Parts: sequence; structure tokens; C-alpha cells
Amino acid sequence: MELLSEDQQLIADSAAGFLRDGHGIAAFRALREVGDDANSAILADLAEMGWMGIVIPEALGGVGLGYRAAGLIAEELGRNLTVSPFVSSAILAGTALASAGGDLAQNWAPKIATGDAVVALAMDEAAKHRPERIATAVTGAPGALKLNGRKTYVVDGGVADRLIVTAKRGDDLCLVMCDPLAVGVTRAPQVMLDHCNTAAVIFEDVEIAGADILAQGAAADQILAKTLAAGRAIAAAEQLGVAKAAAEQTYDYLRTRKQFGVLIGQFQALQHRAADLYCELAQVSSLIAAALNALDEDSAEVETLTRAAKAKMARVGRQATEEGVQMHGGIGMTDEMDLGLLMKRDRALTEFLGDAGYHTEWILRQRGI
Amino acid sequence: MDIDTFRSETRAWLEVNCPAEMRTPMGEDDICWGGRKFVFRSPAQKQWLEAMAAKGWTVPAWPKSYGGGGLSGDEQKILAEEMQRINARPPLQSFGIWMLGPALLQFGSEEQKRHYLPLIARGEIRWCQGYSEPGAGSDLAGLQTKGVDRGDHFEVTGQKIWTSYADKADWIFCLVRTEPEEKKHTGISFLLFDMESAGVSTKPIKLISGASPFCETFFDGVKVPKDQIVGARGQGWTIAKYLLTHEREMIGAADSALFAKSDLAADALAAIGLDDTGRLDDPMLRAEMGQFLVDELCFDAHLDMTGAYMRAGHELGARSAELKYLGTELNKRRQSLRVAAGGSDDLVWEGAANDAGQAAKDWLRSKANTIEGGTSEVMLSILSKAVLKLPG
Ligand SMILES: Cc1cc2nc3c(=O)[nH]c(=O)nc-3n(C[C@H](O)[C@H](O)[C@H](O)COP(=O)(O)OP(=O)(O)OC[C@H]3O[C@@H](n4cnc5c(N)ncnc54)[C@H](O)[C@@H]3O)c2cc1C
Repeated sequence: MELLSEDQQLIADSAAGFLRDGHGIAAFRALREVGDDANSAILADLAEMGWMGIVIPEALGGVGLGYRAAGLIAEELGRNLTVSPFVSSAILAGTALASAGGDLAQNWAPKIATGDAVVALAMDEAAKHRPERIATAVTGAPGALKLNGRKTYVVDGGVADRLIVTAKRGDDLCLVMCDPLAVGVTRAPQVMLDHCNTAAVIFEDVEIAGADILAQGAAADQILAKTLAAGRAIAAAEQLGVAKAAAEQTYDYLRTRKQFGVLIGQFQALQHRAADLYCELAQVSSLIAAALNALDEDSAEVETLTRAAKAKMARVGRQATEEGVQMHGGIGMTDEMDLGLLMKRDRALTEFLGDAGYHTEWILRQRGI
Repeated sequence: MDIDTFRSETRAWLEVNCPAEMRTPMGEDDICWGGRKFVFRSPAQKQWLEAMAAKGWTVPAWPKSYGGGGLSGDEQKILAEEMQRINARPPLQSFGIWMLGPALLQFGSEEQKRHYLPLIARGEIRWCQGYSEPGAGSDLAGLQTKGVDRGDHFEVTGQKIWTSYADKADWIFCLVRTEPEEKKHTGISFLLFDMESAGVSTKPIKLISGASPFCETFFDGVKVPKDQIVGARGQGWTIAKYLLTHEREMIGAADSALFAKSDLAADALAAIGLDDTGRLDDPMLRAEMGQFLVDELCFDAHLDMTGAYMRAGHELGARSAELKYLGTELNKRRQSLRVAAGGSDDLVWEGAANDAGQAAKDWLRSKANTIEGGTSEVMLSILSKAVLKLPG
């Protein structure tokens, strides 16, 4: 029901077409088969279409089409379970660099846009997303700076050419650009339930130059807030695609599977659950669109809407995938069906950048209770 | 006119024409329903209605020739925003605006449009809806009220129930079985008639909220001239369903007169207070409220998007059931949380304290939201068939 501009419609259509032909769930299964969790081969194509530079301004080598457009791509990536560094590199790192500006941005943003580099955000330190709790630290005098700490769930951290690491320098937040091949950095790859690349990364006395510091203090706080807001809205859009795929498969099944001599879609108990799911998907689509529009307009509602979108999508995503499996019966539990794959990606996207509880808590605080 | 000029002219016009008393928050008693029997609460209320009606802005989207404002989608949005900016009250709310008007615009004859629509726009005639019967609720097409062909008129006999404001309305739009030989859905006609006609009587029914906004309505040989049928004989069901999509949009859109919106968080804070970590001192209620607040942000965004979609000229059709379902289920949660936060204070029912139990009354009233205009179950059935195309 959302109204799209001509440009946005074009992007949505081309994303749907491109991903369906060759990068759909069959392709995901093939990658899983050979243990490829990064799908680096897709990067050149994504860059060619301008997707890797979608939120990077033209002055930094991107196409600057904005977050609403990026959300349309993310939704299709989710629907097709396409593995790519879109959210980590194009959105999180792209947003961080574009909002920071300066030499590091001049150097790395164009490479992200062309697909010549993948940059990932290393932020979480514990099992639950709490970006404000940072033990990783930059210490030492200028000229002899050291980075120490450990990060977990660094999405695309296993294949990234650079990491943007959140750290403390004294009381200040500090965003550090770090080469994962530098001395003192250890990356432990992990096989994840959704077969997407992540790593746990340890930093031990890693030498940092002053020029590696992307931002510090209030500037860093602002950049990180914008980056996380963007990441959350885009992750929600990807999760929406996952949920819609699960729902559509389920509606199809209700139209074709017979029991008791009738189509199971004739049972009102199932009809009503399907229709409720449909309504939830419709309204969460609007919320995600509103959050993305807010990012594009840089409105005062960015924080509230992106967090609400992430929180709501976590609940609707779970509803879509759980109801999907349940309404398929036994076959829904099989690896041969796509539902399980969708459920796993949905679960991962819920944890990524904060779950429903985390963001709902923020909204309650904001309302003064 | 370009859009910026429209905005500045609208702003200036509202500044001059919207009385100060019409810029304060309104309660249910402050709604201007219009009609022959309506008693204005203040001269300002009358003045505001007349000023807006003269511009056609009681129904900004309707064509000028029928008493409307003839505004484009963008202009309607600007008018709404400018009214909201100064907290201007809606000058007029009515079943005529929400329900009958759209149906007449779609199915009425040119003569009917020219006659009935301006009366609605100016608030001169108040309408009620004669759909439900004791034996025909969700199964509305099973209705039995008869309209017998007597040459130049139909003679209408039967009973309606749950007719909101039947005792206050001037006219009724009514579903009547005029073609007894036809099948269930093709034997119904859509008739308009004056509630003062001989043979019409009403009996108020008291609601659990204590109010009695709706009635049993009886028809005993009421004469309805044949030019008061909308559409063709037997086309009533099609018109009735179209009208229902507009009714459901209205019920779903939470800014209507039906939903008392309050600041839940502020109410809860005042009633319960914070614990030493700065959180509402009732963790379970707080958690439920958190989910509600997220859902409210979500539904508000959905209403915004849907509004833009409709202003761009699209009809919602069966998807009005989606708004109706989501909006009314949400409002029931809102009102339940509100009284839970209010605790025993919100058990007070009469007297000056606690606004005479307004929260409890709103809470009870909200239970009807998922029944009136078609129940939630019926909404889900409509969506599963009309939108999801699940087998029947
Ligand atoms: C405050 C209020 C104002 C109203 N105003 C008006 C008015 O102005 N004019 C007017 O004409 N009517 C009006 N109504 C009537 C309203 O439209 C009906 O109450 C409604 O359509 C339900 O019909 P019913 O009450 O006969 O319930 P029933 O149809 O008997 O339903 C009882 C229960 O059974 C369920 N049910 C019924 N059929 C099915 C099915 N096929 N599948 C699953 N579940 C089913 C329902 O969802 C409900 O839970 C009003 C009602 C209220 C509460």
C-alpha cells in the first residue's frame, strides 16, 4: 500500500528480478552445501548495480539514493535469503563513513561502493546487543596507541578488509578503523545457524595510528547513533522480506494441501491466523517504510521509528515463521522445505542490532516510564 | 493554485474563522453531529460549522457541486495538517459524511446527489444506519425486513436493532428485502427515508457503559416513495458492502469520535510512579505497555501510509477490513491498559471525582469496537477470502 517514487519502483523491480534469477533460495542452498558463508562472488554485481553505494553520496563514489531505496533492496535480499555484505558494508560502514567524512571516508567509502573492499562494524561484546557497554579500549599516548578487547557477532567480520571498532578512549567513545590482518588481531570464524558470515575478533595490543581514528567523543556518539539507526531499519526491511516469503509459502500451502477431503485453507481456524499474519505484515511494512523515510529526511523521529520498526519486526517475523511451520505440519520441519531456512535467518536478524525487548525498553524510557 | 499558496491561505483563513473555543480538546459531548434536532453547545460551535460548511470543508474531498470542497489529495492533507496545527475540532461528524455520502457518490442518481449530499455537508440532516436485525448480524444478508411494492412506493415492515442514534437521527439508510423471489443477496434494496414517517418507532437500548446510543427500530407499514431507492432494485447488497468499506475505514482510523485517545504513559506515571531505577513501578504492566506503544507507533505509521495511498486516488476495498481489525483490536488494548494503570481510581463511576469514571466508560465502550461495523472474526474471514484468496 506504500506509494513509491518512480526511481524507487525501478529499484524494487530490478532487485526482485536480479535476485530471483540466480540468487534465490536455491543459490543459498548451494552456498551452504560448499560451506561458503560470504558469497563474495556476488559483490561485483551488487556494486555494478550501484547497491553497495546506495547510501553513500556521489562525492564519495556512491549513488546516494537513500535509505528507502536501500530498504527495498534489503527486503528482496531477505525474501531470497541472498547472502551478501549489503547490510554490514553498504549500510553500516557506508553510513558511518559518510557521516564521519574526512580522509578515512575519502579512502574507504569509494572502495565500498565499487565492491573493492568490505568493511564491517565490530561492536557487540556479549551475547545480547548492548552497544553502550564497551570494554574494548584505546590506550596510550598519541603516537603509541594500542587497541585491546574482544568483539563478538561481527557480521561479515570473517571476510572484511577493514573493521570499524567501537572502543573507549578514557570516557569517550572512539571509532577505530582497524586492519583485521594487523599484528595482534585474531579472528575466529564461526558457523552460524543462518549460514551467514560472522566472526569473533580479539584485539591484543594492536597498534593504532591517530589517522585510524574515524571519530571520537560527541562526534563518534552521533555517528554511531545514525549508523545503528540505519542498520536497524535496513535489517528490519530484510527481515520483512524473510517474513513475507514465509507467509506467501504458507498461504500457497493453505490453497493446495488437502485433509479430511477439503483444502486446509477452508478451515476457519487457519484462515483467521493467516489473515491476522497478513494484517501484521501490512502494518509493519508501513512502519519500516516510515522509519526509512525518516532516515532520508533526517527527521527528529529517526531514533523512535527505527527502534520501533526493529522491535515490531522481531515479533512479526517470529509470528510469520512459526505460523508457517505450524501450518505446514510435518513437512514444515524438513530441511527440504525453505521455511526452516527462513526461520533461522529470521532468528538471526532479530538478535542483530537489538531485539524487541531491547528497543521496547528504550521507547518506554523515552516516554518517561 | 500552487500548494504553498494554498497552505498560507488556508492558515490565514483558519486563523480568522476558527473560534478559540473550537481549538480546545473535545469530549464525546462536544461532537457536532448536526441534524434537525441538534442543539449546539455554544454559539462558537454553530459559527464554526457554518464557516466550514460555506467553504465545503466539512467534506473537503467531495465535489463542489455537491457541497464539498473539491480539494485535491495534497490540498486535503494540508487542510488536515493546518487544522491539527491549531487543534481545530472537526466541525461536523456524521454517518452521512462517513458512510452514506461515499455510497451516494458512487451509486446515487445525479438528482439524489444534488439533493442529499449538500444536506449532509451542511449538517442539516442527520442519518442513521438500518442494517442489523435481531436475526441478521454477521449474516447481514439474511435480513428479513420487507418492502412490498405498492406501485408508487414500497411499504416497509420489520425490525432493525443496534441502530446507533436512531432516536436522534432525521433519516435512515436502510436495507430492505424488496424481491422475495430472488436469492438471499440479490433480493435486497437500499432505501432512504425520513424517521418521522408514519409507522417508524424507536426504543433505546442501554449499553454496558451506561450510555444508550443505540436503539431497536420498528417499521410498521412505512411508505417509502420509489425515488428514494439508491441504485436498482436488488442492488442493495452491493451498495451495502461498498458503504461498509467506508464505515470500516472510519472505525479503523483511530482519530474518529469512537476512540478516546489519552497519553497512556503519562497516566500510568501519575497513577503508579517510578521505582528506584526510574522505571514504572509495575514491571508486568510496563512490559505490556511497551508492546502496546510499539504497536501504536506501527499502526499510526500504517494509517499515515494508507491515508497517502487513498489521497492518491486508490480505494481500499476489502483492505478496509485490515484497518478495522488492527485499529479496533489496538484500541481495546489501549483502554484496558488505561484502566489497569488507573487501578481502583478508575472504578469510580459517578460524581465529580476522576472525571465521572470516563476511563472506565471508554474502556467498556471500546469492547464494541471489534463488534460494530462487522466483528473481528468477520474481518478476518473477509481478508482470508478477498485478499489472500483462500478457498471458501
Ligand atoms: C456499539 C454498536 C453500534 C452499532 N451500530 C449499528 C448501527 O448503527 N446500525 C446497524 O445496522 N448495526 C449496528 N451495530 C450492529 C453490528 O453491526 C452487529 O452487532 C455486528 O454485525 C454483529 O452482529 P451480531 O451482534 O448479530 O452478532 P453475531 O453475528 O450473532 O455474532 C456473535 C459472535 O459470533 C461470531 N460469528 C458470527 N458469524 C461468524 C462466522 N461466520 N465465523 C466466525 N465467527 C462468527 C461473531 O464474530 C461474534 O463473535 C452496532 C453494534 C454495536 C455494538
